[in-house]
Amino acid sequence: MGDSILTYNGGCVLAMAGKNCVAIAADRRFGVQQTTIGTDTTRIFKINDRLMLGLTGLRTDVITLYHRFVQRLNLYRLREEREIKPASFSNMVASTLYSRRFAPYFVEPVVAGLTEKGEPYLCAQDLLGAPLFAQDFVVSGTCAESLYGTSETFWKPDLSPAELFEVTSQSLLAAVDRDCLSGWGAVVHIITLDGIETKFLKARMD
Amino acid sequence: MIKLDVFQPTFGLDKEEENVVVPKEELYCSTPLAPSLRWNVLSNNAPKDLTKFHHGTTTLSFVFSEGIVAAVDSRASMGQYIGSGSVKKVIEINKYLLGTMAGGAADCTFWERYLGMRCRLFELKNKERISVAAASKILCNTVYQYKGMGLSMGTMIMGWDKKGPHIYYVDSEGTRLKGQKFSVGSGSTHALGVLDQGYQWNMSVEEACELGRRSIYHATHRDAFSGGYINVYYIGPDGWKFISHEDSGFDKHYQYATEKATQQQQQMSIS
Repeated sequence: MGDSILTYNGGCVLAMAGKNCVAIAADRRFGVQQTTIGTDTTRIFKINDRLMLGLTGLRTDVITLYHRFVQRLNLYRLREEREIKPASFSNMVASTLYSRRFAPYFVEPVVAGLTEKGEPYLCAQDLLGAPLFAQDFVVSGTCAESLYGTSETFWKPDLSPAELFEVTSQSLLAAVDRDCLSGWGAVVHIITLDGIETKFLKARMD
Repeated sequence: MIKLDVFQPTFGLDKEEENVVVPKEELYCSTPLAPSLRWNVLSNNAPKDLTKFHHGTTTLSFVFSEGIVAAVDSRASMGQYIGSGSVKKVIEINKYLLGTMAGGAADCTFWERYLGMRCRLFELKNKERISVAAASKILCNTVYQYKGMGLSMGTMIMGWDKKGPHIYYVDSEGTRLKGQKFSVGSGSTHALGVLDQGYQWNMSVEEACELGRRSIYHATHRDAFSGGYINVYYIGPDGWKFISHEDSGFDKHYQYATEKATQQQQQMSIS
Protein backbone atom coordinates (compact mmCIF):
# COMPACT_ATOMS: atom_id res chain seq x y z
CA MET A 1 0.00 0.00 0.00
CA GLY A 2 1.72 3.23 1.09
CA ASP A 3 5.33 2.98 -0.13
CA SER A 4 6.45 6.32 1.31
CA ILE A 5 7.98 6.59 4.76
CA LEU A 6 6.03 9.85 5.13
CA THR A 7 2.76 7.90 5.11
CA TYR A 8 3.97 5.02 7.31
CA ASN A 9 2.35 6.32 10.52
CA GLY A 10 -0.32 8.62 9.07
CA GLY A 11 -1.61 11.89 10.48
CA CYS A 12 -2.13 15.50 9.43
CA VAL A 13 -1.90 19.10 10.59
CA LEU A 14 -3.84 22.20 9.51
CA ALA A 15 -3.13 25.80 10.52
CA MET A 16 -5.34 28.80 9.69
CA ALA A 17 -5.08 32.54 10.15
CA GLY A 18 -7.80 34.79 11.60
CA LYS A 19 -7.95 38.39 12.78
CA ASN A 20 -5.25 38.67 15.46
CA CYS A 21 -5.44 34.93 16.01
CA VAL A 22 -4.29 31.65 14.47
CA ALA A 23 -5.58 28.12 14.83
CA ILE A 24 -3.52 24.96 14.51
CA ALA A 25 -5.25 21.60 14.45
CA ALA A 26 -4.26 17.95 14.07
CA ASP A 27 -5.72 14.48 14.15
CA ARG A 28 -4.75 12.01 16.92
CA ARG A 29 -4.04 8.75 15.09
CA PHE A 30 -0.86 6.75 15.47
CA GLY A 31 -0.78 3.80 13.10
CA VAL A 32 1.62 1.41 11.47
CA GLN A 33 0.49 1.30 7.85
CA GLN A 34 -3.08 0.01 8.01
CA THR A 35 -3.25 -0.87 11.72
CA THR A 36 -4.33 1.81 14.17
CA ILE A 37 -2.32 1.49 17.38
CA GLY A 38 -2.99 4.71 19.26
CA THR A 39 -5.70 7.37 19.28
CA ASP A 40 -4.20 9.82 21.80
CA THR A 41 -1.24 11.14 19.84
CA THR A 42 0.23 14.62 20.24
CA ARG A 43 1.77 16.09 17.11
CA ILE A 44 1.38 19.79 17.92
CA PHE A 45 3.92 21.17 20.39
CA LYS A 46 3.93 24.42 22.28
CA ILE A 47 7.02 26.57 21.66
CA ASN A 48 5.88 29.56 23.68
CA ASP A 49 2.63 31.36 24.56
CA ARG A 50 2.25 32.64 21.00
CA LEU A 51 3.88 29.95 18.93
CA MET A 52 3.21 26.29 18.17
CA LEU A 53 4.83 23.66 15.98
CA GLY A 54 2.99 20.85 14.19
CA LEU A 55 4.94 17.85 12.87
CA THR A 56 3.54 15.18 10.57
CA GLY A 57 5.33 12.23 9.04
CA LEU A 58 7.41 9.44 10.52
CA ARG A 59 6.55 9.30 14.22
CA THR A 60 10.04 8.46 15.45
CA ASP A 61 11.43 11.52 13.64
CA VAL A 62 8.61 13.70 14.97
CA ILE A 63 9.59 12.80 18.53
CA THR A 64 13.34 13.08 17.93
CA LEU A 65 13.00 16.44 16.22
CA TYR A 66 10.78 17.80 18.97
CA HIS A 67 13.47 16.98 21.52
CA ARG A 68 16.14 18.61 19.34
CA PHE A 69 14.03 21.77 19.11
CA VAL A 70 13.53 21.84 22.89
CA GLN A 71 17.30 21.67 23.31
CA ARG A 72 18.01 24.38 20.74
CA LEU A 73 15.25 26.59 22.17
CA ASN A 74 16.65 26.29 25.70
CA LEU A 75 20.09 27.35 24.47
CA TYR A 76 18.46 30.19 22.50
CA ARG A 77 16.65 31.44 25.62
CA LEU A 78 19.85 31.31 27.71
CA ARG A 79 21.79 33.30 25.17
CA GLU A 80 19.09 35.80 24.15
CA GLU A 81 17.12 36.00 27.42
CA ARG A 82 13.86 36.32 25.48
CA GLU A 83 11.31 34.18 23.67
CA ILE A 84 11.94 33.31 20.01
CA LYS A 85 10.02 35.09 17.23
CA PRO A 86 7.99 32.98 14.81
CA ALA A 87 10.19 33.87 11.84
CA SER A 88 13.38 33.01 13.73
CA PHE A 89 11.92 29.72 14.86
CA SER A 90 10.96 28.85 11.28
CA ASN A 91 14.57 29.42 10.30
CA MET A 92 15.68 27.20 13.17
CA VAL A 93 13.38 24.45 11.89
CA ALA A 94 14.53 24.91 8.31
CA SER A 95 18.23 24.84 9.13
CA THR A 96 17.81 21.79 11.39
CA LEU A 97 16.09 19.93 8.55
CA TYR A 98 18.58 21.00 5.88
CA SER A 99 21.48 19.95 8.12
CA ARG A 100 20.34 16.43 7.30
CA ARG A 101 20.11 17.08 3.54
CA PHE A 102 21.41 13.64 2.56
CA ALA A 103 19.76 11.58 5.33
CA PRO A 104 16.63 13.58 6.04
CA TYR A 105 14.13 13.53 8.88
CA PHE A 106 10.87 12.32 7.32
CA VAL A 107 8.65 15.10 8.68
CA GLU A 108 6.67 18.00 7.28
CA PRO A 109 6.54 20.80 9.83
CA VAL A 110 3.96 23.56 10.24
CA VAL A 111 4.82 26.66 12.28
CA ALA A 112 1.87 28.74 13.48
CA GLY A 113 1.93 31.72 15.78
CA LEU A 114 1.47 35.43 16.32
CA THR A 115 4.13 38.07 15.66
CA GLU A 116 4.99 40.78 18.18
CA LYS A 117 2.31 42.99 16.59
CA GLY A 118 -0.27 40.24 17.01
CA GLU A 119 -0.41 39.39 13.31
CA PRO A 120 -0.82 35.76 12.20
CA TYR A 121 2.31 33.92 11.08
CA LEU A 122 2.03 30.66 9.14
CA CYS A 123 4.86 28.61 7.64
CA ALA A 124 4.85 25.11 6.24
CA GLN A 125 7.98 23.27 5.13
CA ASP A 126 8.92 20.12 3.32
CA LEU A 127 11.22 17.47 4.77
CA LEU A 128 14.37 19.35 3.69
CA GLY A 129 13.25 22.65 5.17
CA ALA A 130 12.02 24.54 2.10
CA PRO A 131 9.62 27.11 3.58
CA LEU A 132 6.19 28.06 2.27
CA PHE A 133 4.56 31.15 3.75
CA ALA A 134 0.82 31.79 3.54
CA GLN A 135 -1.62 34.47 4.64
CA ASP A 136 -4.60 32.14 4.82
CA PHE A 137 -3.79 28.51 5.72
CA VAL A 138 -1.12 25.83 5.54
CA VAL A 139 -1.50 22.05 5.60
CA SER A 140 0.63 18.96 5.90
CA GLY A 141 0.23 15.21 6.28
CA THR A 142 -1.44 12.27 4.59
CA CYS A 143 -4.62 14.14 3.63
CA ALA A 144 -2.99 17.41 2.50
CA GLU A 145 -4.95 17.47 -0.78
CA SER A 146 -8.29 17.04 0.98
CA LEU A 147 -7.31 19.68 3.55
CA TYR A 148 -6.58 22.16 0.75
CA GLY A 149 -10.04 21.46 -0.67
CA THR A 150 -11.94 21.93 2.57
CA SER A 151 -9.86 24.91 3.68
CA GLU A 152 -10.26 26.62 0.33
CA THR A 153 -14.03 26.21 0.74
CA PHE A 154 -14.50 27.27 4.36
CA TRP A 155 -11.83 29.91 4.96
CA LYS A 156 -12.39 33.66 4.64
CA PRO A 157 -10.37 36.67 5.81
CA ASP A 158 -10.54 38.27 9.28
CA LEU A 159 -12.24 35.46 11.21
CA SER A 160 -12.73 35.97 14.95
CA PRO A 161 -11.24 33.36 17.31
CA ALA A 162 -14.63 31.65 17.74
CA GLU A 163 -15.30 31.60 13.98
CA LEU A 164 -11.76 30.44 13.28
CA PHE A 165 -12.20 27.54 15.67
CA GLU A 166 -15.36 26.46 13.82
CA VAL A 167 -13.83 26.81 10.36
CA THR A 168 -10.63 24.99 11.31
CA SER A 169 -12.50 22.16 13.03
CA GLN A 170 -14.91 21.59 10.17
CA SER A 171 -12.15 21.74 7.55
CA LEU A 172 -10.06 19.19 9.44
CA LEU A 173 -12.90 16.80 10.26
CA ALA A 174 -14.24 16.84 6.70
CA ALA A 175 -10.78 16.15 5.27
CA VAL A 176 -9.78 13.32 7.60
CA ASP A 177 -13.06 11.55 6.83
CA ARG A 178 -11.71 11.09 3.28
CA ASP A 179 -8.37 9.69 4.47
CA CYS A 180 -7.74 6.16 5.71
CA LEU A 181 -4.55 7.09 7.60
CA SER A 182 -5.79 10.14 9.53
CA GLY A 183 -8.53 10.79 12.05
CA TRP A 184 -9.47 8.89 15.22
CA GLY A 185 -9.98 12.15 17.16
CA ALA A 186 -8.75 15.70 16.66
CA VAL A 187 -7.37 18.63 18.63
CA VAL A 188 -7.57 22.36 17.88
CA HIS A 189 -5.42 25.07 19.48
CA ILE A 190 -6.49 28.71 19.14
CA ILE A 191 -3.63 31.14 19.66
CA THR A 192 -4.55 34.72 20.62
CA LEU A 193 -2.62 37.45 22.41
CA ASP A 194 -4.33 36.27 25.62
CA GLY A 195 -2.81 32.80 25.32
CA ILE A 196 -3.56 29.39 23.85
CA GLU A 197 -6.94 27.69 24.11
CA THR A 198 -7.03 23.94 23.44
CA LYS A 199 -10.12 21.94 22.47
CA PHE A 200 -10.50 18.25 21.71
CA LEU A 201 -13.05 17.30 19.07
CA LYS A 202 -15.42 14.34 19.10
CA ALA A 203 -14.61 12.69 15.79
CA ARG A 204 -15.33 9.54 13.81
CA MET A 205 -13.29 6.62 15.10
CA ASP A 206 -12.97 4.56 11.90
CA MET B 1 -22.85 -23.09 -35.70
CA ILE B 2 -24.60 -20.65 -33.37
CA LYS B 3 -23.99 -16.99 -32.70
CA LEU B 4 -22.91 -15.77 -29.29
CA ASP B 5 -25.85 -14.86 -27.10
CA VAL B 6 -26.73 -13.81 -23.58
CA PHE B 7 -24.84 -16.76 -22.09
CA GLN B 8 -21.57 -15.17 -23.00
CA PRO B 9 -20.48 -11.75 -21.76
CA THR B 10 -18.83 -9.91 -24.66
CA PHE B 11 -16.94 -7.28 -22.61
CA GLY B 12 -17.55 -4.60 -25.21
CA LEU B 13 -15.30 -6.18 -27.77
CA ASP B 14 -15.39 -4.86 -31.30
CA LYS B 15 -17.83 -5.91 -34.02
CA GLU B 16 -15.52 -8.45 -35.54
CA GLU B 17 -15.17 -10.27 -32.25
CA GLU B 18 -18.94 -10.09 -31.65
CA ASN B 19 -19.61 -11.99 -34.85
CA VAL B 20 -17.40 -14.87 -33.82
CA VAL B 21 -19.35 -18.09 -33.98
CA VAL B 22 -18.69 -20.89 -31.55
CA PRO B 23 -19.17 -24.58 -32.17
CA LYS B 24 -22.20 -26.20 -30.54
CA GLU B 25 -20.19 -28.33 -28.14
CA GLU B 26 -18.41 -25.26 -26.77
CA LEU B 27 -21.71 -23.46 -26.17
CA TYR B 28 -23.13 -26.41 -24.28
CA CYS B 29 -20.09 -26.99 -22.08
CA SER B 30 -20.71 -26.58 -18.37
CA THR B 31 -18.82 -23.32 -18.03
CA PRO B 32 -19.09 -20.40 -20.43
CA LEU B 33 -16.04 -19.29 -22.34
CA ALA B 34 -16.00 -15.54 -22.76
CA PRO B 35 -14.43 -14.20 -25.95
CA SER B 36 -11.98 -11.93 -24.14
CA LEU B 37 -10.51 -14.99 -22.48
CA ARG B 38 -9.21 -16.47 -25.73
CA TRP B 39 -8.16 -13.07 -26.93
CA ASN B 40 -6.01 -12.40 -23.88
CA VAL B 41 -4.49 -15.82 -23.43
CA LEU B 42 -3.51 -16.04 -27.07
CA SER B 43 -1.92 -12.60 -27.23
CA ASN B 44 -0.27 -13.29 -23.87
CA ASN B 45 -0.98 -9.73 -22.81
CA ALA B 46 -2.49 -10.51 -19.44
CA PRO B 47 -3.24 -7.16 -17.81
CA LYS B 48 -1.41 -6.96 -14.51
CA ASP B 49 -2.11 -3.53 -13.05
CA LEU B 50 -5.64 -3.02 -14.31
CA THR B 51 -7.17 -3.72 -10.92
CA LYS B 52 -6.06 -0.58 -9.12
CA PHE B 53 -9.51 -0.06 -7.65
CA HIS B 54 -8.94 -2.36 -4.72
CA HIS B 55 -10.81 -1.54 -1.63
CA GLY B 56 -9.98 -2.41 1.93
CA THR B 57 -12.81 -4.28 3.52
CA THR B 58 -14.15 -6.23 6.42
CA THR B 59 -16.85 -8.80 5.69
CA LEU B 60 -17.93 -11.78 7.75
CA SER B 61 -20.55 -14.47 7.91
CA PHE B 62 -21.19 -17.48 10.10
CA VAL B 63 -23.65 -20.33 10.53
CA PHE B 64 -25.42 -20.84 13.86
CA SER B 65 -28.42 -22.82 15.12
CA GLU B 66 -31.02 -20.57 13.48
CA GLY B 67 -29.32 -19.79 10.20
CA ILE B 68 -26.65 -17.47 8.85
CA VAL B 69 -25.65 -13.95 9.78
CA ALA B 70 -23.66 -11.77 7.38
CA ALA B 71 -22.17 -8.42 8.43
CA VAL B 72 -20.07 -6.02 6.37
CA ASP B 73 -18.54 -2.53 6.52
CA SER B 74 -19.04 0.07 3.77
CA ARG B 75 -15.69 1.72 3.00
CA ALA B 76 -14.24 1.80 -0.51
CA SER B 77 -10.65 3.02 -0.55
CA MET B 78 -8.50 3.88 -3.57
CA GLY B 79 -5.03 3.69 -2.06
CA GLN B 80 -5.24 5.69 1.14
CA TYR B 81 -8.04 7.88 -0.21
CA ILE B 82 -11.59 7.02 0.80
CA GLY B 83 -13.54 6.80 -2.45
CA SER B 84 -16.86 6.15 -0.75
CA GLY B 85 -18.06 5.57 2.77
CA SER B 86 -21.43 4.09 1.91
CA VAL B 87 -20.92 1.09 -0.36
CA LYS B 88 -23.33 -1.87 -0.32
CA LYS B 89 -21.00 -4.83 0.09
CA VAL B 90 -23.71 -7.47 0.41
CA ILE B 91 -24.96 -8.44 -3.03
CA GLU B 92 -28.46 -9.87 -3.21
CA ILE B 93 -28.21 -12.64 -5.80
CA ASN B 94 -31.78 -13.82 -5.35
CA LYS B 95 -34.30 -14.33 -2.53
CA TYR B 96 -32.26 -17.15 -1.00
CA LEU B 97 -28.70 -16.29 -1.96
CA LEU B 98 -26.37 -13.55 -0.81
CA GLY B 99 -22.81 -12.72 -1.82
CA THR B 100 -20.29 -10.45 -0.10
CA MET B 101 -17.82 -8.12 -1.71
CA ALA B 102 -14.08 -7.83 -1.07
CA GLY B 103 -11.28 -6.98 -3.47
CA GLY B 104 -12.12 -5.25 -6.72
CA ALA B 105 -15.57 -3.64 -6.54
CA ALA B 106 -16.25 -3.99 -10.24
CA ASP B 107 -15.17 -7.63 -10.35
CA CYS B 108 -17.41 -8.53 -7.42
CA THR B 109 -20.50 -6.69 -8.64
CA PHE B 110 -20.15 -7.91 -12.20
CA TRP B 111 -19.52 -11.59 -11.51
CA GLU B 112 -22.09 -11.86 -8.75
CA ARG B 113 -24.71 -10.23 -10.98
CA TYR B 114 -23.69 -12.72 -13.65
CA LEU B 115 -24.04 -15.49 -11.08
CA GLY B 116 -27.58 -14.23 -10.42
CA MET B 117 -28.37 -14.67 -14.10
CA ARG B 118 -26.93 -18.18 -14.17
CA CYS B 119 -28.92 -19.14 -11.07
CA ARG B 120 -32.15 -17.88 -12.64
CA LEU B 121 -31.44 -19.82 -15.83
CA PHE B 122 -30.82 -22.94 -13.73
CA GLU B 123 -34.23 -22.45 -12.06
CA LEU B 124 -35.99 -22.10 -15.41
CA LYS B 125 -34.28 -25.16 -16.82
CA ASN B 126 -34.62 -27.47 -13.82
CA LYS B 127 -37.81 -26.17 -12.18
CA GLU B 128 -36.10 -26.03 -8.80
CA ARG B 129 -33.84 -23.66 -6.98
CA ILE B 130 -30.09 -24.03 -7.31
CA SER B 131 -28.16 -25.30 -4.30
CA VAL B 132 -25.60 -23.06 -2.63
CA ALA B 133 -22.91 -25.57 -3.52
CA ALA B 134 -23.80 -25.45 -7.23
CA ALA B 135 -24.13 -21.67 -7.28
CA SER B 136 -20.76 -21.14 -5.63
CA LYS B 137 -19.21 -23.62 -8.05
CA ILE B 138 -20.53 -21.72 -11.06
CA LEU B 139 -18.85 -18.58 -9.74
CA CYS B 140 -15.67 -20.44 -8.85
CA ASN B 141 -15.41 -22.09 -12.28
CA THR B 142 -16.13 -18.81 -14.02
CA VAL B 143 -13.42 -16.83 -12.25
CA TYR B 144 -10.99 -19.75 -12.53
CA GLN B 145 -11.03 -19.33 -16.27
CA TYR B 146 -9.71 -15.82 -15.79
CA LYS B 147 -6.98 -16.87 -13.34
CA GLY B 148 -3.78 -14.89 -13.75
CA MET B 149 -5.53 -12.14 -15.70
CA GLY B 150 -5.87 -9.74 -12.78
CA LEU B 151 -9.33 -10.46 -11.39
CA SER B 152 -9.52 -9.61 -7.70
CA MET B 153 -12.37 -10.83 -5.55
CA GLY B 154 -12.84 -12.54 -2.20
CA THR B 155 -16.43 -13.43 -1.61
CA MET B 156 -18.71 -15.51 0.54
CA ILE B 157 -21.70 -17.11 -1.17
CA MET B 158 -24.38 -17.79 1.44
CA GLY B 159 -27.84 -19.22 1.29
CA TRP B 160 -30.45 -21.67 2.51
CA ASP B 161 -31.29 -24.60 0.24
CA LYS B 162 -32.83 -28.11 0.56
CA LYS B 163 -30.03 -29.19 2.89
CA GLY B 164 -30.15 -26.09 5.12
CA PRO B 165 -27.80 -23.12 5.57
CA HIS B 166 -24.45 -23.10 3.77
CA ILE B 167 -21.54 -20.72 3.32
CA TYR B 168 -18.91 -21.04 0.61
CA TYR B 169 -15.81 -18.89 0.38
CA VAL B 170 -14.82 -18.23 -3.24
CA ASP B 171 -11.93 -16.10 -4.43
CA SER B 172 -10.35 -15.07 -7.71
CA GLU B 173 -7.44 -17.48 -7.19
CA GLY B 174 -9.94 -20.28 -7.67
CA THR B 175 -10.28 -21.25 -4.01
CA ARG B 176 -13.69 -22.60 -3.02
CA LEU B 177 -14.19 -23.64 0.59
CA LYS B 178 -17.23 -24.74 2.57
CA GLY B 179 -17.26 -23.58 6.17
CA GLN B 180 -19.13 -22.43 9.26
CA LYS B 181 -17.35 -19.14 9.84
CA PHE B 182 -15.54 -16.84 7.44
CA SER B 183 -14.18 -13.33 7.41
CA VAL B 184 -12.66 -11.71 4.32
CA GLY B 185 -10.74 -8.49 3.76
CA SER B 186 -8.05 -6.30 5.29
CA GLY B 187 -9.93 -6.13 8.60
CA SER B 188 -10.74 -9.85 8.72
CA THR B 189 -8.13 -10.69 11.37
CA HIS B 190 -9.52 -8.08 13.75
CA ALA B 191 -13.09 -9.23 13.10
CA LEU B 192 -12.26 -12.91 13.63
CA GLY B 193 -10.70 -12.09 17.00
CA VAL B 194 -14.01 -10.78 18.26
CA LEU B 195 -16.13 -13.32 16.39
CA ASP B 196 -14.25 -16.41 17.65
CA GLN B 197 -14.33 -15.11 21.19
CA GLY B 198 -18.09 -14.50 21.22
CA TYR B 199 -19.33 -17.31 18.98
CA GLN B 200 -21.70 -20.01 20.24
CA TRP B 201 -23.78 -22.45 18.20
CA ASN B 202 -26.92 -21.76 20.20
CA MET B 203 -27.54 -18.08 19.80
CA SER B 204 -30.71 -16.15 19.17
CA VAL B 205 -30.91 -14.23 15.89
CA GLU B 206 -30.57 -10.97 17.85
CA GLU B 207 -27.46 -12.19 19.66
CA ALA B 208 -25.90 -13.42 16.42
CA CYS B 209 -26.58 -10.12 14.64
CA GLU B 210 -25.08 -8.17 17.54
CA LEU B 211 -21.98 -10.39 17.47
CA GLY B 212 -21.58 -9.70 13.75
CA ARG B 213 -22.03 -5.98 14.31
CA ARG B 214 -19.50 -5.91 17.15
CA SER B 215 -16.95 -7.85 15.10
CA ILE B 216 -17.27 -5.42 12.21
CA TYR B 217 -17.16 -2.42 14.55
CA HIS B 218 -13.86 -3.55 16.10
CA ALA B 219 -12.42 -4.16 12.64
CA THR B 220 -13.43 -0.69 11.45
CA HIS B 221 -11.83 0.81 14.54
CA ARG B 222 -8.46 -0.94 14.14
CA ASP B 223 -8.19 -1.30 10.38
CA ALA B 224 -7.57 1.94 8.50
CA PHE B 225 -9.07 0.55 5.29
CA SER B 226 -12.40 -0.48 6.84
CA GLY B 227 -15.12 1.84 8.10
CA GLY B 228 -18.37 3.62 7.44
CA TYR B 229 -21.63 1.79 8.09
CA ILE B 230 -22.34 -1.74 9.29
CA ASN B 231 -24.88 -3.68 7.23
CA VAL B 232 -26.31 -6.86 8.73
CA TYR B 233 -28.28 -9.60 6.99
CA TYR B 234 -29.87 -12.75 8.38
CA ILE B 235 -30.62 -15.87 6.30
CA GLY B 236 -33.33 -18.24 7.57
CA PRO B 237 -35.39 -21.01 5.95
CA ASP B 238 -37.51 -18.37 4.18
CA GLY B 239 -34.57 -16.60 2.57
CA TRP B 240 -32.56 -13.55 3.53
CA LYS B 241 -33.72 -10.58 5.53
CA PHE B 242 -32.05 -7.20 5.82
CA ILE B 243 -31.57 -6.49 9.54
CA SER B 244 -29.77 -3.20 10.09
CA HIS B 245 -27.73 -0.31 8.68
CA GLU B 246 -25.82 1.57 11.39
CA ASP B 247 -23.03 4.14 11.52
CA SER B 248 -19.90 2.38 12.79
CA GLY B 249 -17.32 5.13 13.31
CA PHE B 250 -19.51 7.57 15.22
CA ASP B 251 -22.85 6.25 16.55
CA LYS B 252 -21.70 2.71 17.33
CA HIS B 253 -18.32 3.80 18.69
CA TYR B 254 -19.75 6.22 21.21
CA GLN B 255 -22.61 3.85 22.08
CA TYR B 256 -20.13 1.06 22.89
CA ALA B 257 -17.86 3.52 24.73
CA THR B 258 -20.77 4.65 26.94
CA GLU B 259 -21.81 1.06 27.62
CA LYS B 260 -18.24 0.16 28.58
CA ALA B 261 -17.97 3.13 30.92
CA THR B 262 -21.25 2.23 32.63
CA GLN B 263 -20.14 -1.39 33.07
CA GLN B 264 -16.84 -0.35 34.59
CA GLN B 265 -18.64 2.00 36.96
CA GLN B 266 -20.92 -0.81 38.08
CA GLN B 267 -17.98 -3.14 38.66
CA MET B 268 -16.23 -0.45 40.68
CA SER B 269 -19.27 0.02 42.91
CA ILE B 270 -19.56 -3.76 43.48
CA SER B 271 -15.92 -4.21 44.49
